[in-house]
Formats: sequence, structure tokens, C-alpha cells
Amino acid sequence: MAEPSSQKIPVTVLTGYLGAGKTTLLNRILSENHGKKYAVIVNEFGEIGIDNDLIIGADEEVFEMNNGCVCCTVRGDLVRILDGLMKRKGKFDAIIVETTGLADPAPVAQTFFVDEDVQKNARLDAVVTVADAKWLSDRLKDAPEAKNQIAFADVIVLNKTDLVSKPELFEVEARIRGINPYAKLHRTERCKVALSDVLERGAFDLDRILDIEPDFLEAGDEHDHDRDHHHDGHDHHHGHSHGGLKHYHDEEMQSLSLRSDKPLDATKFMPWLQNLVASEGQKILRSKGILAFSDDDDRYVFQGVHMMLEGDHQRKWKDGEPRESRLIFIGRELPEQMIRDGFESCITS
Amino acid sequence: MSAFEPGGQASIASVTDRVRPLAIGTPVSSIHFLGERAAFVGAEESVALVDAEGEISRVTVHGGGILCTASDGSRLVMGGDDGKVVALDAKGEVTPLALDAKRRWIDNVALHPDGAVAWSAGKTAFVRSSKGGGKGEDKTFDMPSTVGGLAFAPKGLRVAAAHYSGVTLWFPNMTAQPEFLEWAGSHLGVTFSPDNKFLVTAMHEPALHGWRLADSRHMRMSGYPGRVKSMSWSAGGKFLATSGADAVILWPFASKDGPMGKEPAMLAPLSARVSAVACHPKQEILAAGYGDGTILMVRLEDGAEILVRRNGSAAVAALAWNAKGTLLAFAAEDGEAGLLPL
Repeated sequence: MAEPSSQKIPVTVLTGYLGAGKTTLLNRILSENHGKKYAVIVNEFGEIGIDNDLIIGADEEVFEMNNGCVCCTVRGDLVRILDGLMKRKGKFDAIIVETTGLADPAPVAQTFFVDEDVQKNARLDAVVTVADAKWLSDRLKDAPEAKNQIAFADVIVLNKTDLVSKPELFEVEARIRGINPYAKLHRTERCKVALSDVLERGAFDLDRILDIEPDFLEAGDEHDHDRDHHHDGHDHHHGHSHGGLKHYHDEEMQSLSLRSDKPLDATKFMPWLQNLVASEGQKILRSKGILAFSDDDDRYVFQGVHMMLEGDHQRKWKDGEPRESRLIFIGRELPEQMIRDGFESCITS
Repeated sequence: MSAFEPGGQASIASVTDRVRPLAIGTPVSSIHFLGERAAFVGAEESVALVDAEGEISRVTVHGGGILCTASDGSRLVMGGDDGKVVALDAKGEVTPLALDAKRRWIDNVALHPDGAVAWSAGKTAFVRSSKGGGKGEDKTFDMPSTVGGLAFAPKGLRVAAAHYSGVTLWFPNMTAQPEFLEWAGSHLGVTFSPDNKFLVTAMHEPALHGWRLADSRHMRMSGYPGRVKSMSWSAGGKFLATSGADAVILWPFASKDGPMGKEPAMLAPLSARVSAVACHPKQEILAAGYGDGTILMVRLEDGAEILVRRNGSAAVAALAWNAKGTLLAFAAEDGEAGLLPL
């Protein structure tokens, strides 16, 4: 779109399973003295204790796009509400969309990929998931929605850490990392987190897809991390431990990272990626990549949600910067070998 | 064609020098004529009433965003994000009609020629008959999903509510179950043909969908590059003119089959997308506004064009004719507006 992204209103999606503390975080955001005004789209009125005339009740109405693709669902109510909110442009700085505890974040994100008007006026900033340190491990076993929300997240606020012991905390963090090692994770009590850690993240900004290294809990760094361990994706074993940090491999939801220091053949890679998301897009929740193509001095960046992809030349590779391609996929029952083989076949020999 | 260069102007008749510019100052979302005064409805809070001499008076109508409007030429009904439905007349008098109990956004309003008013908040549609009656006598009906568009049929008290996967046709004064016209997708705008034979919706995807009401036969009207946000029936109802493409798309509705199996006419192509259309109330002429600020008057018969406003500014947000067809009012998204007397 022609409009520079900085002029678009940032939209933060706030998810989290029932009782994790979404409303607490929302109230914190609204009550803190930051001089900013937020429009808030909530699924239930009345839970927010702050007086704000820009709180809008939504019905979470999801509809399928008429393009024959079953996972191309968008939030129709969001399209309508964002359109209405734009009439009051200038009265608020950012928008927060709170989803119900059982919601899948994908239709919200996809709304920003498919709707022309939404794209013109607003940009998806990040998906922030609030998780309950005490109950998340259980929910990951019995609630597919909770797992989806963790897998989809750019930022995870691991809340109620005061209600669990250290070993329990490590356990739940390891479970989160087994699903999504890329999200920024913050440990909180009563959702006490710096607002700059949850807002204005630019997680869907193609220019900022630099950060596709796993997150290693820089905050509250109490144990040794074996950084190399993550680099090859998830070839670790079930529940074993390295220097106190457990590693879990979630049977259902995983992440997969690919890298190559040899350039990729764009004529092979692009069709491969498009075919991959077309055929496996229901399984792939999020994808991101920084790519080095042969005969191309530009870095190419892309990101996707299910079957929807967007990508662009980002900038020139810098002198001395290793021209390395890196991709990550987060998804359900990812066909790992097929993806690895497909990727290998796009590397120039 | 990217600009009307001085050299190129010879090829097109122009009435730009006859336009009376107006500085409305705030973004305009729609225009309706109330008698001889043009009501420029702001994006929020107020309406600017402008007489033929260009005198502007501003009236506050809502405590927030103005989300929807409908007019019968003497009364303008609006719904806002303050949960209110209000009416404005040509004298500038504001009459509150309803306040949603939960202060939900009023997403749609419609006006019946006999004075009945319909509005919707979320899934619920409301109708207040012309015989007045208080709040307690409003008829309500819950649609299967949020109402995307509302329209009264030209005859009888019948309301069409567009929503997900189709349209519900509701007779508020009858106990019979509403009729449901199904078509997958999200339907946002809805309009009856003036002869009451066809119903057309504008969809979330760039397409229209239509039904012949006698037998519910489907009419698919697709091929648009962008979503259709402006639709206007030509005088006499032979054509439906629409925005959404780099030309005015004109669907033929004169025959009993409507546009079924027919190609639409494409008038006044420019290299910018049509953002607003308004058919002349008496003659087969329309006004078309574009994303680059251009406004053209176009003859339906042969596509002959007259330039009303040059390109090079904000997108045209709204166009309207007075009932006699002697005044064209327009406004761009940035609040620059004008009146063209003919």
C-alpha cells in the first residue's frame, strides 16, 4: 500500500486463555500514565474498569473468504469496527483488540492481510498472549485454543509467576519454548510488564523481521542457555534437560527453522514457498524469513499467516554481512522432512 | 490518463469554472439534499448545511462518529457510535429518534418513502413505522449475524438486511417467518431496484450479488478490482452504476432477467479508481468521483464526459444531486467540497 506504515494506526491483538489475565493487562495499559489514547475492541463489555468512550464491543464474527480456501477466515466485525473507528481518526493513537479466551488469533491477523481498507488505515503490530503460569501446562494438554495462542504469539506475558515454584516456572517456560521459541517471553505478576514490551512491537513489520532468533529470556536470566541447541530447530529429545533447562518437544505444535549460507534460487524458492503455504497452510500458523537470493544484492523478507504471505525486498546486504537465508515456521504437525527437502532443492549448488 | 494536462483539456468539455468551492473543513462521509440545502455529513459529530448560495451552517448531531445515513429528501436520518439515531430536517432541527439500550453502535439506517425508519445495532434490526408510536412499539428482529446493510423495499413495509451468507427479507408487520436469500460470504450493502424486482448486495469481497425477487435466481456481478462502496440506480432504474473499478461499472436492469448473462458497460475509464457515483434524478446522466479527486459527469447512453473537478487531491468521498437535478454537491475525503449549479 502506498501509505507509509508509520501513519497507520497500530493494532495490538491481546489473546490468552480464560482467566490468564487479559483484562488485568488491558486495565494496566489503559490506566498507566503514558499520554496515549487507546481504542479498545473487547469481546465483553463491562470488564474494563476504565472510563473510555472508545471501548467497542465486538461479536467475534468470523467468516470464510469466498476464495475456496477454508482457512482464509477473517473477522468481519473487525472490518466494520475499524472502518467506523477511522471516522474518529486523531482521537486515538492505537487500537487494542481483545479476543475471547477461546479465540483463534489467525482470523484477526488474516483480516489485516486481506482487507484493503483495513490495510490502508491500520497495521497489525503484534499478537500478545497472556498465559497463566500455574495452569498453562494443563491447558496445553486439554485446550487446543491455548496452544494456538502460544504458537501464534509475538509476545508472551507469562503471568501469575508468584503462584508457582521455580521448577514449575521452568517447566512451563520449557513447554512454551517447545511450541514457540521465537516469541518474547516476559514473566509477570498481575501482568506487571513494561508497556513498551507489549505495545509498538512492529512484529508484523517486514522491516523489522530481523529478530527471528529464538528468544532466550534475557530478562530473569537465571540459568545457562545452550544457544546452539535451538539453531537446528527441534531435533532435541523429549523432556531432557541441559544445565537445568528442560526441552520439550510438543507432539502437535512445533517450530521449524531452516538456514542456508548458500544463496537461494529465487525462481525455485518463490514457487516452492507459495505451493507450500497453499498445500500445508492450514498447518502453518506463522512463517517468516530473511532470504539471500543468487544474483540479488537485496535482502528479501517475508512473513505469512496460514496461506497468506507478504514479502518484499528490504535493503541491500551490507558489506561483510553474511548472506545467509533463515526461515522459520510455526505450526501443527509440520511435515518437517518435506519442508527441509523442499528448501534444500532451492539452494543453488 | 494520469492528469488533465492543459493540452489535453481541449478533448473534454469542462464546467470546472462553474463550481462553487466550499470549505467544509472536516472529513465528509456522505451528502444528502434536504430540499435546496445540501447536508454534508461529517465523519463525526456534525452536519454542515449549505444553501444554494454556499452559506454554511453547522449542526451538531452526534456525540461521536456518524456511522450511517439515509434521506428521503426532506429528512436525514443518521446513526452514530454514541448509540443514537437522530433525524435532521432542512431547517437544521435535530430530533432524537432512538438510543440503543446498550449504547451499541448504530451501524445502519434506512428510510421508507412513507416515513418509516429502520436501523440496526449488531445483529438486531429495528423498525419504527411512519404512524409514529413510541419506543415500545418498535419492531425488532435478530438477524443470524451482524447486519451489514439495511434497505426498505420501494413498496410495502419490507426490510432487507444484509449479513453473513445472505440477506434476510423481513416484513415487520407480519408474523410470517422472514425469507432468507442465501449466498456465501459477507454482504455489506443492500439495495432494491426501484421497480422492486431485484435485490443487489455489495459484498466484502470485490463483487456484487443479486437476486431476482420473483424466483430468487442468482446474479453474480464480479470482476471488480476493489470493494464496491457506492451504488446508484439511474433515473427510471434501468441501470445500476457502481464504484470499485477504474471505470464506472453500469449493470443493465431493464430486461426481466436483469444483468443475468450480460456484460456491464464501463464508462469514463481513468487511471484512478471510482470512489463515488450518483445518478441524476431525472436524466440518464451520472456523476462519478475518483480516488485522485477527479469528478466527471457522464452520459449513460454514449459515455460522453464533462469535467467537473480536476484530479490531484484527496479521493472523492461523496456526491449528491438535488431532487430537481439542478445542483450537484460533492466532497473529498479531506473536506474540500463544492456545489455545481446546472
